[in-house]
Amino acid sequence: MSSTVIDKAGSRHLLMGNEAIARGALEAGVRVAAGYPGTPSSEIIETLAAVAGERDLYVEWSVNEKVALEVAAAASFAGLRSLCAMKQNGVNVASDFLLHLAGSGTRGGMVLVPCDDPGALSSINEGESRHFARMVEIPLLEPGDFQEAKDMLCWAFTLSEEIRNLVMVRSVTRLSHASGSVTFGDLPEVGGRAAFDCRGTLLETLSDPLRGPLIPFPVPVHHARQQQKLARAVALFESSPFNGYDGPEHPELLIVTSSICSLYSREAVHLLGVGDRVGILKLGTTWPLPPKFMRSHLRRCGRVLVVEEVIPFLEENVKILAADLGPWTFFGKMDGSLLSAGELNPDRVAAAVAQILGISYRPVPEAYAARAGKLAETGAPAREITFCAGCPHRASFWSIHGALQLDGRQGFVCGDIGCYSLAMLPCGFSALKTLHAMGSGAGLASGFGKLRDFGLQQPALAVCGDSTFFHAVLPALVNAVHNRSNLTLVVLDNSGTAMTGFQPHPGLPVDAMGDIAAGIDIVSLCRSVGADVHVCDPFDLRRTRDKLLQLLATEGTKVLVLKQICALSPEKKGKKRFRMSVDADKCLGQACGCNRLCTRVFMCPGLIWDARRGVSEIDEVICAGCGVCADICPAGAIAKEEAV
Amino acid sequence: MQAYELPQDPFNVIITGVGGQGNVMASRMLGDMLSRRGLLVTIGETFGASQRGGSVMSHLRISHTATWSPQIPAGRAHVVVALEPTEAVRVLAAYGNPETIALCNTRPIYPVGVLSGASAYPSPAELREAVGALTAQAWFLDATDRALEMGNPILGNIMMISALTALAALPVERDDFEAIVTRTLPADKAAANLAAWDFARRHFVCP
Ligand code: SF4
Ligand code: SF4
Repeated sequence: MSSTVIDKAGSRHLLMGNEAIARGALEAGVRVAAGYPGTPSSEIIETLAAVAGERDLYVEWSVNEKVALEVAAAASFAGLRSLCAMKQNGVNVASDFLLHLAGSGTRGGMVLVPCDDPGALSSINEGESRHFARMVEIPLLEPGDFQEAKDMLCWAFTLSEEIRNLVMVRSVTRLSHASGSVTFGDLPEVGGRAAFDCRGTLLETLSDPLRGPLIPFPVPVHHARQQQKLARAVALFESSPFNGYDGPEHPELLIVTSSICSLYSREAVHLLGVGDRVGILKLGTTWPLPPKFMRSHLRRCGRVLVVEEVIPFLEENVKILAADLGPWTFFGKMDGSLLSAGELNPDRVAAAVAQILGISYRPVPEAYAARAGKLAETGAPAREITFCAGCPHRASFWSIHGALQLDGRQGFVCGDIGCYSLAMLPCGFSALKTLHAMGSGAGLASGFGKLRDFGLQQPALAVCGDSTFFHAVLPALVNAVHNRSNLTLVVLDNSGTAMTGFQPHPGLPVDAMGDIAAGIDIVSLCRSVGADVHVCDPFDLRRTRDKLLQLLATEGTKVLVLKQICALSPEKKGKKRFRMSVDADKCLGQACGCNRLCTRVFMCPGLIWDARRGVSEIDEVICAGCGVCADICPAGAIAKEEAV
Repeated sequence: MQAYELPQDPFNVIITGVGGQGNVMASRMLGDMLSRRGLLVTIGETFGASQRGGSVMSHLRISHTATWSPQIPAGRAHVVVALEPTEAVRVLAAYGNPETIALCNTRPIYPVGVLSGASAYPSPAELREAVGALTAQAWFLDATDRALEMGNPILGNIMMISALTALAALPVERDDFEAIVTRTLPADKAAANLAAWDFARRHFVCP
């Protein structure tokens, strides 16, 4: 894609929302970009990294979101335009610095792009980043389509320099990971030197925002200045082209909406054919709302439906502005017209509008819907997500599960964030019993490991991936060692941030731009803090299980690094190490004492069950040739042969 | 810009399959070809579980005039392309109507629940019946099997897209496909892709 995003002005391309965001930043002359990978945000940094050479940028995958924000802020302090991108809960990680940054202000234009995930399509939370804008008092913009994603990003840098503070541009999965047509603007000449002009007193920057130390002290003085900046943003919002009304002069219902919900709202009005009765006020500058503009539109009609994701943030702010307008009726999340959990779509918005207008809407004839409902159950068996064929995690959790059973003390696994979070499901033998934030598995295990005095007999195990290890596990490990907690931390090291697309992390000798970096060795790092460290290949099932059993029986803070590259990594993908086959005569099928251990329990999708013949079979299209299942079968029916 | 006729505006296509099958690539390729023809295309998809064996869908909205929602409303798909046959049933049930055209690759990918015995996978006859009950216009193509004969199962997706553009009368020609593959792929891969495209046009599309 690299050639596409730097194509010439006037050209039109089909771009992913995240690519449009990256193009907008390039048109603004961004120089430094930093982030931490997380769906649905990762392609922003990836796209910029791919053109770093041509556009003279510095792009990094930082160790976590807080450091990413700090790295981007440093560039801004030195006068360069910078961008920081992360998924929604990353903002929580960055929030301590975010608060202070908003207080000190910025110099070169600086934009924070959080990508929220309504419906938690690839998260275990539906957290909202919009609140942070209100909480730390910085302007919030929300693009409504792909073209706007580019245009708004570009303008966000101008706004940031106008008010000398950080600007938040919030995206969502259905924009970041959808694609649409975008017409390009100009790319500027790249250039400009970095310099941090920190001369003067602590008050210097109040009179000259480009000079003086960036320390918000005395706090109330700087805080008041920050609020003046915000007021200046609101003044600009009053005439922003990103806000607009479409509909009759005096509609029966006014929809107030933003982000991808504006496309849902438009579609809902179209589906219902109520364009002459319903107007849509689409907002791009969603916090603080421009009061004059808002009131002029709210006066069109006393019935307002606020359409947004996920919780009623916009609704609350609109209601505050409408407080003195009169007896307005509001529909939205608070009255239950729309749900406050899960994502919206055109159908959900259409249903709400139909209900309010008292009309009925049926997408398909009733008989068809009834037939479809039945067939969906019988004709399409549920498809639970699972580890890829040949995934090292399936093998790792097989051993972890086996060791915990043999240990017999009802030990459990504290989970963490990555592909291996799937081990909460049967594909990972339902091994995970807790799953929270990045690094929380180790932190929880550190706590569980101290509860023996209170009678807790169960051994605590924590798992984490290699990228997660650096992100937030390290402090928890230090904590466990220092406090002499009993736990076993299993690092599932698959040499990359597999879940989000193999972004490098501090453990690898390469950086986001493909340049040489200093790879930090997890094993020596763990040893140096004083943990008892061991290494195994998870594909060696017996050795891994035995090692785990031994560690479970040992006191102290232990680390087992299970090293095996992700099945989809560029090094492995498409290459089968073993040619697999099932000997139908040896395979005992249902009669096997194991009752189909291979397909009933281990469940690698590369191994299928031929119910007619009553034997297992390799699916050559899916099998990745890792060879592990050969060691699962007690009858020795699965053979592996080194592929040449 | 209006030179190319669309059967409907917006024209709604869903490409569905199982994570890891190449859904995203297929939809992006189709989108690029249409966009090359000057059409406004919106593609909605979920990437999250895309590598890990869940059901996945890409929603394509094709229009001369506007950017449409990345999610197609219930019952509004004009075409459903299923890279895996049971996914056709799942998606038709939610987004189909009696007029929807369905193209199903016949090669099954068994859900883990089927492997373990917790649920049953429909027989080919049951599948045909289920799809047939949801639309009168269904094609069953043994694309993956044919692609395996050509040496690479992933080419099955190209066959499906090739068949789709012909059967749904989308304004896409061989040139568009050729332009994209020659720009994005090395010569040998591009040739294999073109061969798959042509094969599908010859064998799957009745004259
Ligand atoms: S060798 Fe066995 S475990 Fe490995 S991918 Fe193939 S079927 Fe799955
Ligand atoms: S992407 Fe890699 S780590 Fe993730 S499930 Fe697949 S093989 Fe496992």
